[in-house]
Amino acid sequence: MKLDSLIPAPLRKPAKPGQGDGAKGAAPADLKTAPERPSEAQKLGDRAKEAPADVLAWVDQRTAASGFLTGMLYRKVPKGTNWFYTLGSATLFAFIVQAVTGVFLAMFYVPSPTEAYASISHINNEVFLGQFVHGMHKWGSSVMVIMIFLHMGRTFFFGAYKYPRELNWVIGVVLLILTMTMAFTGYLLPFDQRSFWASVVGININGTGPVLGPYLSDFLRAGPELGATTLSRFYAIHMLLIPGALIALIGAHLYLVVKLGTTAPPWLKAERPKNARPMSRLEGGANGGASRR
Amino acid sequence: MARLADEANKRNGAETGPTEREKPAPPGYFEGESMTRRRVFTVAAQGLGGVAGAAIVLPAVGFAVAPIFHRGKERWEEVGALDDFVADTYRQVVFTETEGIADAGKTTAYVRKGSRELGEDPSEIVAISNRCAHLGCPVRFVEAAGNFICPCHGGVYDFVGKVLGGPPVRPLDRFQTRIRGGRVEVGPRYSVTSQLDPVRARDPGEFTGGIWEYLYPPRPSTFPPPSGG
Repeated sequence: MKLDSLIPAPLRKPAKPGQGDGAKGAAPADLKTAPERPSEAQKLGDRAKEAPADVLAWVDQRTAASGFLTGMLYRKVPKGTNWFYTLGSATLFAFIVQAVTGVFLAMFYVPSPTEAYASISHINNEVFLGQFVHGMHKWGSSVMVIMIFLHMGRTFFFGAYKYPRELNWVIGVVLLILTMTMAFTGYLLPFDQRSFWASVVGININGTGPVLGPYLSDFLRAGPELGATTLSRFYAIHMLLIPGALIALIGAHLYLVVKLGTTAPPWLKAERPKNARPMSRLEGGANGGASRR
Repeated sequence: MARLADEANKRNGAETGPTEREKPAPPGYFEGESMTRRRVFTVAAQGLGGVAGAAIVLPAVGFAVAPIFHRGKERWEEVGALDDFVADTYRQVVFTETEGIADAGKTTAYVRKGSRELGEDPSEIVAISNRCAHLGCPVRFVEAAGNFICPCHGGVYDFVGKVLGGPPVRPLDRFQTRIRGGRVEVGPRYSVTSQLDPVRARDPGEFTGGIWEYLYPPRPSTFPPPSGG
């Protein structure tokens, strides 16, 4: 509870009804004896202790963010919430890993067809922890795709896509598509044999769409063949275009999650309040309705 | 809704029928004006915002989309002397198809002379691309079988590149060829229909001939096919 005193009042968890010490009017027993006056050092110490709370309060006064934060942090979750509900957070965590490791990989990577492979070798073989960071990014992309599908499965099988959460499902599908696009564009960047031919095949699959497919292929390749600008184009899409859209949509996705709340698992029946009267008694049924449920 | 309101009014002894209250005129209104000052400014501000947005977005989109409409320079590369090639088997040649990306821009063609047995002109040179017409993997000519075989998904083509089996949707692409001073030169890529009629180059996975010419339209970035085959 010591931590509680550090949290500014607006950010504290709202008290549950019926709690509190109750003895409102009782005077402290030692009211008669005059308390010792605190020394200057004590006063300074007290003030220093309140500094974090003061800073938070200063920010809160100017942003009024505490209402949003308390609403988000202390929101109600339904009974029966279980480990399956963590898959969304796991996906978010995978995304954060990708974002952080991606930023550091970009410090060494050169998106040029003649130097890309050499720069990746440099990261893997010479940069301190380079292989580890590259490995996190490489395997993390698979983790993110797997997590997003598991999260989608949870949402589907728990019926959490139903009213009023349809829009969040739609946003989630867009996020899935963007994640797959990230995985696709990132695959080319090492520019080794595997990524080259995988991208050739992937672009050609895009091209099999009727009417617009051929033009989509040309757009992705920036020309009729995989060429000098294809790699930088994929790099720009992978680094700038999609991450921006991903972050914005993740924000919208989370906003709706907090706003609408999570669903209870489908196996949980609605609970009757303990002191609720049976319906049959209200309707004047025989036997007081006690035997009927 | 209006009917219910009317009934309620009747019950309350109030006047029925449409009760149009006159809207108060906005400040600065004068008789006969068709658009308020506020509306003029709203429309003007939104219009200007739209123009400013378009000035940023349109060039950016154009910049990204322009390569679709750009056709590169026609490239011809010498791949050997005329005497190096025979009519009954292929010789593998490697040449640059896309410049500026080093080895990644190179491609492989299987080249032979025209064969009289197949009804071809012996003076012409046939250059078949090794790019599989399924999804673009490199096919290999297997001498013993006389077939082209793709390692990715098992596409098989016969000696002239027609599909024998597997997922490919059309025969193997070809390259234009010419003979300059006894040397064989290889030029732009073109695709063929199932009857080996030349059409503009299509990407792998796209059908050619008949209605497919419209469902997979030729791209402006490709070269016209050789006339007359």
